[in-house]
Amino acid sequence: MTITVTRRTFLAGSAAAAGTAVLGRPGRALAADPLAVAFVYTGPIGDHGYTFAHDVGRRAVEAHFGDKVKVTFVENVPEGPDCERVIRQLATSGNQLIFSTSFGFMEATLKVAKQFPKLKFEHATGFKRADNLAIYNARFYEGRAVLGDIAGRMSKAGVAGYVASFPIPEVVMGINAFTLAAQKHNPNFKTKVIWANTWYDPGKESDAAKALIDKGADILCQHTDSAAPLQVAESRGVYAFGQAQDMSAYAPKAHLTAVVDQWEGYYIDRVQKALDGKWTSTDIWWGFKEGLVGLAPYNAAMPADVKASADKLKADITSGAVHPFTGPIKNQKGEVVYADGKKASDEDMLKMNWYVQGVES
Amino acid sequence: MIAESIVNISAAVISASTPLLFVAAGELVVERSGVLNLGVEGMMLMGAVAGFAVTLTTGSPILGIVAAAAAGAVMALAFAVLTLTLMANQVATGLALTIFGIGLSALLGSGFVGQPVPALPKLHLAGLSELPVIGPVLFGQDALVYLSVILTGGVAWFLKRTRPGMMLRAIGESAASAHSLGLPVIRVRYLATLFGGAAAGLGGAFLSLSYTPMWMEGMTSGRGWIALALVVFGSWRPWRVLAGAYLFGGVTILQLHAQGAFHLPAQVFSMAPYLATIAVLTIISAGPWRGRFNAPADLGKPFRPSV
Repeated sequence: MTITVTRRTFLAGSAAAAGTAVLGRPGRALAADPLAVAFVYTGPIGDHGYTFAHDVGRRAVEAHFGDKVKVTFVENVPEGPDCERVIRQLATSGNQLIFSTSFGFMEATLKVAKQFPKLKFEHATGFKRADNLAIYNARFYEGRAVLGDIAGRMSKAGVAGYVASFPIPEVVMGINAFTLAAQKHNPNFKTKVIWANTWYDPGKESDAAKALIDKGADILCQHTDSAAPLQVAESRGVYAFGQAQDMSAYAPKAHLTAVVDQWEGYYIDRVQKALDGKWTSTDIWWGFKEGLVGLAPYNAAMPADVKASADKLKADITSGAVHPFTGPIKNQKGEVVYADGKKASDEDMLKMNWYVQGVES
Repeated sequence: MIAESIVNISAAVISASTPLLFVAAGELVVERSGVLNLGVEGMMLMGAVAGFAVTLTTGSPILGIVAAAAAGAVMALAFAVLTLTLMANQVATGLALTIFGIGLSALLGSGFVGQPVPALPKLHLAGLSELPVIGPVLFGQDALVYLSVILTGGVAWFLKRTRPGMMLRAIGESAASAHSLGLPVIRVRYLATLFGGAAAGLGGAFLSLSYTPMWMEGMTSGRGWIALALVVFGSWRPWRVLAGAYLFGGVTILQLHAQGAFHLPAQVFSMAPYLATIAVLTIISAGPWRGRFNAPADLGKPFRPSV
């Protein structure tokens, strides 16, 4: 770890030196500067969803390390040319470890990382890595498989409605994992998908949720960031799952559980490694096992056997006994994509662009 | 089942259209007086946060709605002082007002994220609301929905039938001529701008109290800009603006229902409202109505009364 000597640390170092009678040139690693860590968010920390979850992680870092770190963040950074300026600004103002938390920051983070080879960078959900740029992502599909397991048991109609954002592999993977798990309980289970074509537009998300219920869905799942679909579920008397956070405050009756993003452990681990000088550029894709993905508390309305089944699936995914994408898996046309017992590879999942049988999109 | 779908789809169309109608009806009056206020998105957000905060803390949605209109009007007042008194550029000031409103509403609302309020109660008229299909559609909405239609009617009547309304239009067409006739140009423009702000605030309140009863940063998601476009789409006429708002809201909802029914990419459907808008705009401006497709002549021009 490089230590920049400022006037303040010089004085602090001298004070420490006075007590230990170490003479010589003060200021050389006698009292370490706090490690400056920065976070770049694409949304507002008040979105109560994706960005909020990252910020929970940031606050955990602050609480865990106290004076040893100096943490800053910039929110509402657009995924465009402007983000490069923000990241460079953070790099020039003394931050040593910078987390950029949105897919769209990928190119900018890579560019700035190359210009500042001595600083450490981490980019979430992307795929471009460098010696001083680590990448990290979460296996949200594992959580969505458990939601599917619950939906398969709780839906009377056997039809789920899925408010989706954009048809990218991350979202497609979630829809498929959800549907496959539900079909374990109800082979005829169908998932109807409506694309809102936005990550965040409460009005549009609520319109999509209403349309899905009108199309016969009696349980809703969402891959958009606001709690609006849950409010619709609550007022129309159907069940639903939250997104990124426990959203039960918005829909105490409808909210069954939610896939919760838990970045805390990862952030604390990475900052610890940076403090110890053991940080290296890594590429991780963690899920239940590592605690990066979790579930919100179950709704009391869920029968005990449904809860038990969900817990068992979670435990089996955690232990590796069950992989949500295990054959036989058929696509929408009924063609076998994965034969009996065959599992999808990580590479396959990261470029998934087809739907399993039972998805109506 | 079919009757139920019609009721549900109509309700969704009405919710999607109402905020646009409020904002567009207000902005129409502003523009007819010759002022172009591009800050509607900011005023809407301020209305949304004020309406939500006051309803949550006092428990009274009526106070919340009043507060929303007031918050929109206060924002509009800032705009009016800058552009009408201090002669700042209207386009630049309006854009600044939007950015300011986004930031200020997020700041004021930060303590209210994650707290739900009960949605505005639906009106219930004994006898009428029980009628099949048309009962719940026409007589089972919340008060703000009716207010938006009444507001549009009021604006139409005011502009066409009343003396102050004609004064306002004259000022929008030629502020210099109106001034030489002794009409109070600046005062009328102030009042029109304040009215536009209040209406935008109401549109915001509809979002945070009825459409999606909660507060979240940036929850208007660009609806203010669509409302601005609707004023042009409606060629500065209240009933055409209403038709435009409902057309846009209708296509927005129907495209969600059409997804999956036809084998087309989802992106094609999300383009639908905008394509429909462009198509109608083209037809209107090319058809026999062409001559009547006219913006107020002094729109966006600052006016400094000669002493």
